Amino acid sequence: MASNFVLEFEKPIVELENKIREMRNLPNITDLEPQIQELESHIEALRINIYASLTRWQRVQIARHPDRPYTLDYLNFTFTDFVELHGDRGFRDDPAIVGGIAKLNGKSVMVIGHQKGRDTKSNVYRNFGMPNPEGYRKAKRLMLLAEKFHIPIICLLDTPGAFPGIEAEERGQAQAIADNLLVMSGLKVPIIICIIGEGASGGALGIGIGNRILMLENSWYSVIAPESCSSILWRSWDFKEQAAEALKLTAPDLKEHGIIDRIIPEPIGGAHRVPLQIFETLRDVLTEELDQLQHIESRLLVKQRRDKFANMGVWTE
Amino acid sequence: MSWFLRSKKNIEHSQQIDMPDGLFVKCPSCSEMIYRKQFEEQLFTCTKCDHHFRITSKEYIDILFDEGSFVETEISITSSDPLKFVDTKPYIDRLKDAYKRSDANDALTVGYGNIDGKPISFACMNFGFVGGSMGSVVGEKFYRAAKLAIKQNMPFVVIATSGGARMQEAALSLMQMAKTSAILSELAEHHLPYISIVTDPTTGGVSASFAMLGDIIMAEPKALIGFAGPRVVEQTIRKKLPEGFQRSEFLLEHGFLDMIVHRKNLHDTLSHVLSTLMEYRVQ
Repeated sequence: MASNFVLEFEKPIVELENKIREMRNLPNITDLEPQIQELESHIEALRINIYASLTRWQRVQIARHPDRPYTLDYLNFTFTDFVELHGDRGFRDDPAIVGGIAKLNGKSVMVIGHQKGRDTKSNVYRNFGMPNPEGYRKAKRLMLLAEKFHIPIICLLDTPGAFPGIEAEERGQAQAIADNLLVMSGLKVPIIICIIGEGASGGALGIGIGNRILMLENSWYSVIAPESCSSILWRSWDFKEQAAEALKLTAPDLKEHGIIDRIIPEPIGGAHRVPLQIFETLRDVLTEELDQLQHIESRLLVKQRRDKFANMGVWTE
Repeated sequence: MSWFLRSKKNIEHSQQIDMPDGLFVKCPSCSEMIYRKQFEEQLFTCTKCDHHFRITSKEYIDILFDEGSFVETEISITSSDPLKFVDTKPYIDRLKDAYKRSDANDALTVGYGNIDGKPISFACMNFGFVGGSMGSVVGEKFYRAAKLAIKQNMPFVVIATSGGARMQEAALSLMQMAKTSAILSELAEHHLPYISIVTDPTTGGVSASFAMLGDIIMAEPKALIGFAGPRVVEQTIRKKLPEGFQRSEFLLEHGFLDMIVHRKNLHDTLSHVLSTLMEYRVQ
């Protein structure tokens, strides 16, 4: 899974790591061992330092890291017994949204999530995680299927946005997303949402209405991507850092404004650095959240979900 | 000396009709000069090409409601700046400008009134207020208007026009899509009609939430309606868009609208649809 991709702000770490590698290749390595150890602890301190004071834009970059775990990775490691279900029964199967039945710690769940690709070929196949209307309609079909059999729903959000193409418009992108918002508001089973990477606008929200909204520490969620925000408000693509700051799109920001319920901590260096750790953390958190929701009567689940969104917003009166 | 002599004088500028401001209105679509009185009688549409001019909630209220029956509610809710959003200009200053320039008190006006004697709850967007964008205020007013419909057993009618979610309220704006859709799912359980009338332009977060959720969806002719704005689509596919793309007629053809209604038929069509849907409803 590991690529050689290096984030700009991690370069000082990588330089030190390269230095250690060079030293290890030297002949009299035993003499250098104390120096190497010192460097290693220095690297660890540096990483903790960098990750303790990330800017919002840096978090956006981590959320987009090409090695970051995607929905199918969680399906393989956080969950077990995954059986993928395909198609919207109307037009086609959209590979940008995957879904199916699985077990979470032995309990049946329906898992639905955006899916990005790892290389050019798979990214073209997955349309870079940008769903078409049929993706949202597949998601809706699977959710209604889950409701029919009283199966709880878990949605993993990770998309740069719903696809803005001609065919997507022809097939009703807006209607498909709107319909999901309406349907999810009334489903009689528990729904847990977790933003695992990028939560861009309506494309993310289209599978994002739940009783509990969780967010990985280094993911982002907002009404627009910082680049697009920059191009509209600053009329230039160059203000993405400022736009990210203005949008307040990180997990701590959203927690503060009551939009999400819980931040899931990532390993230092991001989820991709120790994927097995994040897979386990998510399993524990989801199990705990689901245990709490499963005892709630379905009528109250719907009410709690609707009230939750009714309470969102800030105004003066 | 020339062979021909000009028998008539050149046309002089002074001979052009000197139009006092506002006596005539120029149609942006076909350039027709429309006499203002006629323009108003035609409910702000072009007498020649039927172009529908963008109008505000004030005019829609006059068009749809029995005279003097409409009561505006929730007038004291105003936008605040929870994120202290600053781009090239602080959001708080943009809001001040918007309040100064528009007589509406946000991008949504709500209230209740009678259409042919039958009470309805009503919400209408104002494109002139920060591009008709949906922020917390729009979401909350919409929510309360829908709640009023449920409480008073009234149908809920919405006129949409919006550039989408209000960027300056970021994720809070995004959540208004969820908030408005959630209350509509509650309204539906009460078997109360929800009619969405989509006007030019309606894109982004508003089209991807309540505008596209009507039991009946109507649109005015040639209105721009879509998820992504045409410029974004053009940038994505790097091709020129086909004629009529994302217009009402295009959406009707693709199955996303029930009907296209000329503004002068809007009142009668709405009245007819509402009385039909409500006829057998058990109170």
